[in-house]
Amino acid sequence: MKEKLHQLKLKYQGKKMAPAFNALHTFLYTPNETTHSGSHVRAADDLKRTMNTVILALVPCLLFGMFNAGYQHYSAINGFPENFSLFDHFLTWDNFLVGITTVLPLVIVSYGVGLAIEFLFAVIKGHEVEEGYLVTGMLVPLIVPVDTPLWMLAIAVVFGVVIGKEVFGGTGMNILNPALTIRAFLFFAYPTWMSGDKVWVHEGVERAGTADAISGETVLGSLAQGSDYSYSLADMFYGFIPGSVGETSTLLIVLGGLFLIFSKIASWRIMVSAVIGALAMGLIFNGIVDAGWLPEYSKFYTLMSFPYWQHLLVGGLAFGIVFMATDPVTGSQTNKGKWYYGFFIGFLSVMIRVFNPGYPEGVFLAILLMNVFAPTIDHYVVRGNIKKRLKRFKTATIYPKASDAVDSLKTETA
Amino acid sequence: MALLSKKDANLIKDPLADNNPITIQVLGICSALAITAELKASVVMAISVLFVLGVGNVVISLIRNIIPAKIRIIVQLVVVASLVIIVDQVLKAFAYELSKTLSVFVGLIITNCIIMGRFEAFALGNGPWKSFLDGIGNALGYGVILVIVGFFRELLGSGTLFGMKVLGDPVSKTGLYSIGYENNGFMIIPPAALIVVGIIIWVQRSKNRALIEEA
Repeated sequence: MKEKLHQLKLKYQGKKMAPAFNALHTFLYTPNETTHSGSHVRAADDLKRTMNTVILALVPCLLFGMFNAGYQHYSAINGFPENFSLFDHFLTWDNFLVGITTVLPLVIVSYGVGLAIEFLFAVIKGHEVEEGYLVTGMLVPLIVPVDTPLWMLAIAVVFGVVIGKEVFGGTGMNILNPALTIRAFLFFAYPTWMSGDKVWVHEGVERAGTADAISGETVLGSLAQGSDYSYSLADMFYGFIPGSVGETSTLLIVLGGLFLIFSKIASWRIMVSAVIGALAMGLIFNGIVDAGWLPEYSKFYTLMSFPYWQHLLVGGLAFGIVFMATDPVTGSQTNKGKWYYGFFIGFLSVMIRVFNPGYPEGVFLAILLMNVFAPTIDHYVVRGNIKKRLKRFKTATIYPKASDAVDSLKTETA
Repeated sequence: MALLSKKDANLIKDPLADNNPITIQVLGICSALAITAELKASVVMAISVLFVLGVGNVVISLIRNIIPAKIRIIVQLVVVASLVIIVDQVLKAFAYELSKTLSVFVGLIITNCIIMGRFEAFALGNGPWKSFLDGIGNALGYGVILVIVGFFRELLGSGTLFGMKVLGDPVSKTGLYSIGYENNGFMIIPPAALIVVGIIIWVQRSKNRALIEEA
């Protein structure tokens, strides 16, 4: 098999379909050719390795999401179990069966459609297939409701990959995070499938209006309507709450985040500053409520009085901070810029949550907005750095006198 | 064409394709984004601009030699404004519902960059017949894009064309809707027009590579 592929590769070299073929070939086997001249970069992590590390960090969330899909489904029918036990009620085959029949098709459609477009563009543009879609394809099923119709997902993936990534020049050139572009497209195109109290539970939409109707409102959804929710803090932290497939378990997201930090794939600066930003905005809102500036009949009252740190446990904030905001392509590149970038993601997420009851979740909008501003932030950080160095250069005593050098440096950097 | 010399024919043909006011010059974008959610509104808007630009170009061309250069913008504005008021009144009289949909955008034809652009760039320096052809050509180029955008936005966003339910009824679930199809709410909102226009520009430039600017 391997030998045959090598021979085929030589045969098709330079032909139109070569990139698509090569991608499959290198995905399955090590190429049989080595670099002829000396190699320059020696590192254990290439793009594929980086992508695989992120996917590894996402697997716990995916598995948890499958069980949770079943758990929410049966709990909505039979009521939440008293004396909840992990193995009796959550990690059961029944739950997993529901999960695998609902979540796995999402994963397959996401990868199938997305990779088909990557291959298509590689063949048209005549470059090698890029690995960029590997992570996006895994993120997409995790940030949509369980029962998202597959054809909608397929259209959204086409839109997200073509408009969000390929028009800018493909992997590494995109301004917006493709996974979030897909989520945003779904949200604005098919709002009835992306919010409300039916979509978060498997079969919730099908059964609507019948005697067997089931529903499960997210914590944020309940708060936006000013009503109470029945989930304990532990439920929120472990993730036994309704929500998009992979975003509910804050515990597993934190574990995935730590894994990404220790493998140095994702930036801890962005994660930390985003958490600070979310807490800051939450504190401001809590402060306004405590100071008595907001009357209780205000429609923002319930959301604004929601304890500031619990914002991190509900909705997609934790998932967004760990897996979306830290995207190395669309985020800020400079270390100082990352602090600003992350801070505003957290800050704006909580702000959108509270002030926009129409969109009970604001994380994806906040990250997309900051994606757009990331190059601007970097620009000012770099400019600030140049200014600082010029100043240091001017005041420094250098022999021989370097006043001409200052001028030439100025013209270079202007 | 025997009716028009080759040069005159180009005055109409150029703005339709290689010198399109929307996709090449990127003018008149505001109205292209705002009113293209329905095909009917797009067509009416295209006809209104066709009238204003065709007549306006002729008028400006006729008086081009007696307009003092210093106040020519004011004179141009007066001409456009009078024509737009005529269009507005006609719409209100014969298509009241539609004029409500187009609302402020009929009035805003005055500020449509394409119109002032053609007055300044062409009518002030050419005779009435040529100016008429130029005005018609540019208005058609504008209208074609409007109709294309309106077609896709109405079809995908509401499942209708000119208000007729071509894809079936979304409420009683007939036609495409019976197999689970749903209207795309994204196409209704103005940003969708930006993306559709962007795709048209993309297609046009990949067909005619001479249009791609040097980076």
